[in-house]
Amino acid sequence: MLQLSGNKVQPEILPTLVDLGRGDAAVLQGIDLPTDEARRLMELGFLPGTRITAGRSAPGGDPRVFQVDGSEIALRRETARHLTVRVERKKKA
Amino acid sequence: MSDCHGCSAAPVVEIPSPVVTRTSRHVALIGPPNSGKTTLFNRLTGLRQKVANFPGVTVERHTGIAVLRDGREVPLIDLPGLYSLSPRSEDEQIAYDVLTGNRGDVGKPQAILLVLDSTNLARHLMLAAPILALGIPTLIILNLADDLRKRGGHLDLAELSVQLGAPVALISARQGEGIEQVFEFLAGAMPKPAPKELPILQDVPKCRQWAGRIGNEARYRAPAPPKWTRRLDGVFLHSIAGPLIFLAVVILVFQTIFSIADPAKDAVDALIHITGNWVASVLPDSMFRSLLLDGVWNGVGAVVVFLPQVLLLFLFIGILEDSGYLARAALIADRTMARVGLQGKSFIPLLSAYACAVPAIMATRTIENKRDRMATILIAPFMTCSARLPVYTLIIAAFIPNRPVLGSFLGARALAMLGLYVLGFLAAVVTARVLKSSILKSGRAPFLLEMPSYRWPTVQSLGLRLLDRSAVFLRRAGTVILLVMVVLWIMAHLPLVNGHAPQIDNSLAGTLGHTIEPLIQPLGLNWKIGIGLITSLAARETIVATLGSIYGMDPESNTHGLQTALQHDLSFGGAVALLVFFAFAMQCISTIAVVRRETGGWKWPVLQFTYMGVLAYIGSFVAFHILR
Repeated sequence: MLQLSGNKVQPEILPTLVDLGRGDAAVLQGIDLPTDEARRLMELGFLPGTRITAGRSAPGGDPRVFQVDGSEIALRRETARHLTVRVERKKKA
Repeated sequence: MSDCHGCSAAPVVEIPSPVVTRTSRHVALIGPPNSGKTTLFNRLTGLRQKVANFPGVTVERHTGIAVLRDGREVPLIDLPGLYSLSPRSEDEQIAYDVLTGNRGDVGKPQAILLVLDSTNLARHLMLAAPILALGIPTLIILNLADDLRKRGGHLDLAELSVQLGAPVALISARQGEGIEQVFEFLAGAMPKPAPKELPILQDVPKCRQWAGRIGNEARYRAPAPPKWTRRLDGVFLHSIAGPLIFLAVVILVFQTIFSIADPAKDAVDALIHITGNWVASVLPDSMFRSLLLDGVWNGVGAVVVFLPQVLLLFLFIGILEDSGYLARAALIADRTMARVGLQGKSFIPLLSAYACAVPAIMATRTIENKRDRMATILIAPFMTCSARLPVYTLIIAAFIPNRPVLGSFLGARALAMLGLYVLGFLAAVVTARVLKSSILKSGRAPFLLEMPSYRWPTVQSLGLRLLDRSAVFLRRAGTVILLVMVVLWIMAHLPLVNGHAPQIDNSLAGTLGHTIEPLIQPLGLNWKIGIGLITSLAARETIVATLGSIYGMDPESNTHGLQTALQHDLSFGGAVALLVFFAFAMQCISTIAVVRRETGGWKWPVLQFTYMGVLAYIGSFVAFHILR
C-alpha cells in the first residue's frame, strides 16, 4: 500500500537531505524508512515530489530545520539521511 | 465515498446516526498541533473548564462549557493535537475513539470544531478529509486570520465551504476575531457535512493532492513566509548567539526559582505563621489545637510555601512554550541530550525538576516519544529539587565548617552543596543511559520537531495555565500531605500515658523508629533520624520539622539547638550518609502520585521508588563506611 522505500538497490548513491547546506533547495525523491515512520513524515509534508529547503540548524549542524510545504520541521541527521533528494539549487559556496 | 481500509471501526458516511442523544451532547475540538486549538478552547470556555485524564491512559482530557448567547450550555472537549486520524500513538487513538464514539465515557460528539492554521492551509486541510468522512456536523475553523492577512495570504471562504460541504469560519482566536461565528454554529442547526469528494484516506499523497486541489478551487494564496520568525531564528538559532541566549535563558529560570521566588516564599511562610499564631491564640490549649497547629498548619504549610516557586516556574515554561522559543531550545539541546540517549524535548522538564519534580513530570507531556518520555519521568526526581534544600542546608550547616576553599569565591559549605547537585545530576545521567540502552531502548521512531512561528503569549492563556497548576498543587497539599501529617501527629501522641501524650521514645512513632533502626544503623543513622526518614516519605522537607519536634525544639526559632543536637547524635560519616540518602531516594508522595497518574499505573512508580531507594541505601552505606 505504501511503498515509498525508494530504490533499495543503490540508495547510497542518491543525495539525501543531509547533503544540503543552509539555503539549499531540493526535491524529495523517496523515504527509505519503515511505513509508519514514512507516513508520519508524509503527514508533515515530506511527500515525494515536494520541494524542501534546508534552514538553520542546532550548533554542529544536527538537528537541522527544513522548510517543507509551508512549515518548518527539524529532523535529526539520522532521519534526514533516509530521505533521498534531487538537488535543485545549491547556494553558491 | 469514504474509505478506511483496515480501520477497526470504519466510519461510513451513508449510515444515518442519531446526531443528538441525551448522553452525547458534547462538541469536540480537534486540529493539528500549533493550530491554536487550545487558544480557541480557552476563548470559548474561559474559566469553565477542567483537566482530567482519560481513565486508564495518560492522555489529558480537557473539558469545558461554552455558554451560547441564548444561555444554553454546550459541553466542549479539547482533543489532543494530531496530524492525521490514523491512530498510532495513544493520543491519536483517544481522539479517534472519541470521534467515532468508541469511548463509553465520552460518547460520540454531536459536532466537531476542526481548527486549522489558515497560514498553512494546504497541508492542514489534509486532516479535513478523515474528519469530514466521519459524517458528524463539522465547522471548519481557519485560525490565525490576522497572520494570514498581515502576510498577504488570501482565500475564497464561500468556495471553500462549497468544496468541503461544511461551514467555514475564518477567525483569530488570539484576537477574539470571528469567535461569534463559532457560537452561531453551535447555536444553529449544525447540518451534516456534504463534501464534493473525498480522497482515499489511507493514501497520504492522495490526501495531500486533494487538499491542494480544494485550496486551488478556493483560490487560496499562501501567505509570505513569516518575516519576524525568520529574523528571530537568525538570532536564536545563530551558531554562536543561539547557544549563548539558550544558556542565558536557563540561568534566568534558575536564578528566578532560587532568588526572586524567595521573598514570595517568605511572604507565604510568614502568612502561614501569622494565621497559625492567630489560630493558637483563639483556640484553647487542647489536643485538638496541637493537632491543628503542629500537624495540619505547619505540615501542610511547609509544602504550600513552595507554591510561588511552582507558579513562577510554570509562568516561565508557559512563556517559553507559547512564544515558540521552547521548540528552539529543544533543538539546541537535542545533541547534548542525545549523548545520554534522550532528546531535546526532555531538556525543559529536567530543568524544571530543579524546582520540583512534580511540575517537571507534568511537563514531559510535550515529549511524544513514549520511551523518551518515560525515561525523562524516571530520572527527573534525581535533579536536586527545592524540597531538598532545607535538608541540605540544615545538615551542611551542622557538620561542615565554613572554611574558604577557593579563596573567598567558594566556601566549603557552598562546595558541599554544589557537590550534592552534581551527585544528583550524575545519577540522572547514568540512569538515563542505563534505561535507554535497556528497557527503554527506543525503536527508530524519528525525532520530529515542528518549529512554530513566534507569537506573543497571551495573558489569558498564561493565567489559565497558572490557575490550573496551582489548583493541582494545592489539592495535593490539602489531601496527601495533610493526611500524612495528621497520621504522624497521632502516632507521636499515642499510646496515651495517664491521659497525656507519651515521650516520643515510647510513642507509636518512636516504636516505628526503633523498629527500622537495625536497617539504618549500617548507614550511621539512629531511630530518631529513622522517624524523620519515614515522615519524609511524604515530602523531603518534612524531616526538618520532624527532627525539630523529636528533639523537642522548634526548628524555626532554634536552628542552632537542632544543629547541636544533630552533632551530638550523628557522626560525620552518618551526616554525609544522610545527605547522600536524600540526594538519591524518592521521598516524595506527590512525585510518586504524579508518576502513577502520568504513566497510568503502579508499575513505573514502584520500579522507580525501589531503584532510587536501593541506590540511596547503597550510596549512603558506602559514604558512611568510607568516612567513618
